[in-house]
Amino acid sequence: MKRRWIVFIGKNLIRILLLTICISMVTFALMKASPIDPLQANVGQAALGTMSQEQREKLEEYWGVNTPPIRQYLSWAGDFVRGDMGISLLYRQPVTEVIAVKLSNSLFLMITAWIISGVLGFLLGVVSGMNQGKFVDKLIRGYCLVVSSTPAFWLALLLLMIFSVWLQLFPIGLSVPIGVEASGVTFLDRVYHAVLPALTLSITGVSNIALHTREKMIDVMQSDYVLFARMRGEKGWRLFRYYGFRNVLLPAVTLHFASISEIFGGSVLVEQVFSYPGLGQAAVAAGLGSDLPLLMAITIVSALIVFGGNLAANLLYGMIDPRIRRGGAVK
Amino acid sequence: MKFFNRRQRMMIGIFFSIAFLVIVCVLGNLNTEAARVTDFSRKNLAPCSSYIFGTDWLGRDMLARTLKGLSMSILIGVVSAAVSAVVALVLGIAAATLGKTADSIISFVIDLIMGVPHILLLILISVALGKGLKGVVIGVALTHWPSLARLIRAEVIQLKESPYIQISAKLGKSRWYIARKHMLPHLLPQFLVGLVLLFPHAILHESSVTFLGFGLSTEQPAIGIILSEAMKYLVTGKWWLALFPGILLVVTVIMFYVLGESLRKLLDPNSVHQ
Repeated sequence: MKRRWIVFIGKNLIRILLLTICISMVTFALMKASPIDPLQANVGQAALGTMSQEQREKLEEYWGVNTPPIRQYLSWAGDFVRGDMGISLLYRQPVTEVIAVKLSNSLFLMITAWIISGVLGFLLGVVSGMNQGKFVDKLIRGYCLVVSSTPAFWLALLLLMIFSVWLQLFPIGLSVPIGVEASGVTFLDRVYHAVLPALTLSITGVSNIALHTREKMIDVMQSDYVLFARMRGEKGWRLFRYYGFRNVLLPAVTLHFASISEIFGGSVLVEQVFSYPGLGQAAVAAGLGSDLPLLMAITIVSALIVFGGNLAANLLYGMIDPRIRRGGAVK
Repeated sequence: MKFFNRRQRMMIGIFFSIAFLVIVCVLGNLNTEAARVTDFSRKNLAPCSSYIFGTDWLGRDMLARTLKGLSMSILIGVVSAAVSAVVALVLGIAAATLGKTADSIISFVIDLIMGVPHILLLILISVALGKGLKGVVIGVALTHWPSLARLIRAEVIQLKESPYIQISAKLGKSRWYIARKHMLPHLLPQFLVGLVLLFPHAILHESSVTFLGFGLSTEQPAIGIILSEAMKYLVTGKWWLALFPGILLVVTVIMFYVLGESLRKLLDPNSVHQ
């Protein structure tokens, strides 16, 4: 039993490793294929025209224009394994530091949104599934349809418009107050600045999990054991607590772990609107500015987060479900 | 109290959504000129009877711009969804019929693409192709197939176990013959629905990427560009710049969902006669 778990986890880890290596290669190839001249994108056409030949050569060396791609990749990969992700060309700081700062901002936002949207989506799904065909169900389904059709960035714009511009309840952007030293920023300040972005992410993240839970809940409600329980007169909360809860929790949790990549995608957009200095905003800046080391590191970090989520989903599947835990087949 | 049965309501849904999308496309393309005209005598007008969506800081009619941008987004969405769907169909069937090696390779590629957050992948592709319209279309087209391919693959694997396909194989029919004559007709309805349900994703991602500043140039009023410009003017209280184009975008996407769901219910033998 135990050995099978180890084999299972090992297999998954090897797969993740392979996938990550492939992703780094593909990303590198894509970045190298880019026709955008890093010099022109960052220095500007006019400045470039006025420069002397020597200055240009210096800059070309800094942005790595003339090194062959494969050698670049190998040296990059060698450094990466040793924990040196290179130096961000835009921020002029080691990528590790940039990412550490941005990631801590982003994680704060994403985890909050992830938990809220999970709990909310699960509850909505359960309510809707238990009242299939009634008004509540239609309302929730309509809500999910609208939300899944709404681009995250537009919702962010709307919330910004209502709460920051009109009502002036929340700050317009950034993750900390303007003009305050880093040491003066309290935890409450950060929470205060993260409310709107997190709210946006939570609202948009709900629909998937709610609809999924609803389907499962309907399945459960149509099962024989629920029919029998109903015959005995059980209903409402009790029915859900003892017959539905565990059955729908498992698929919901698995789905939610697997949907981390969507939360990440949403956070890219939302951070852009709220100018929240997180990983997503850094990714956009790196993309627009052809900052290869930073963009590659962000891609790999985000891929690792996504794979971690998938792995957690797989493991949880095995641990929560008693049928699999007690000697059933582990996938 | 119901005037129509479910089938008729589905048909009405399909009709309305197609009509809406066609109207947006036609109006958008008729209004190309109107969307470009700048007129400083009428700049920053709030919505009124002659400019329902108001005008922007250059005096451009927001209604015309929005329609033009949406028609472009719809076009890009349709093209890239179609490409994605074909890729998904081919790879899905190939994964399930060509044997184990092909299957594991294709599954690996699917995992690979799904491992990177979608927006990030679009950014990467867009950068690789030098930003601009081409990058957006190719990016959106190349990244939407994994989920559908996974679905088709699962379906084909299930189909392979079914008696009529096994008998056909035992009778000596080639794999290609089975795939073409037995599997394709079975997969077609699902495929069509999957195709239609890819549109909303494609459009949303297209608008997101353009919103972030990749892709279309600012002269082409794609819906993402309109909204990202609106963002800059938001703080000055010009709410109509963001509100109306966004609402229209949401309605468009909903229309595609309605279309897809209605088609699904009509094509699925389990629900067609309800």
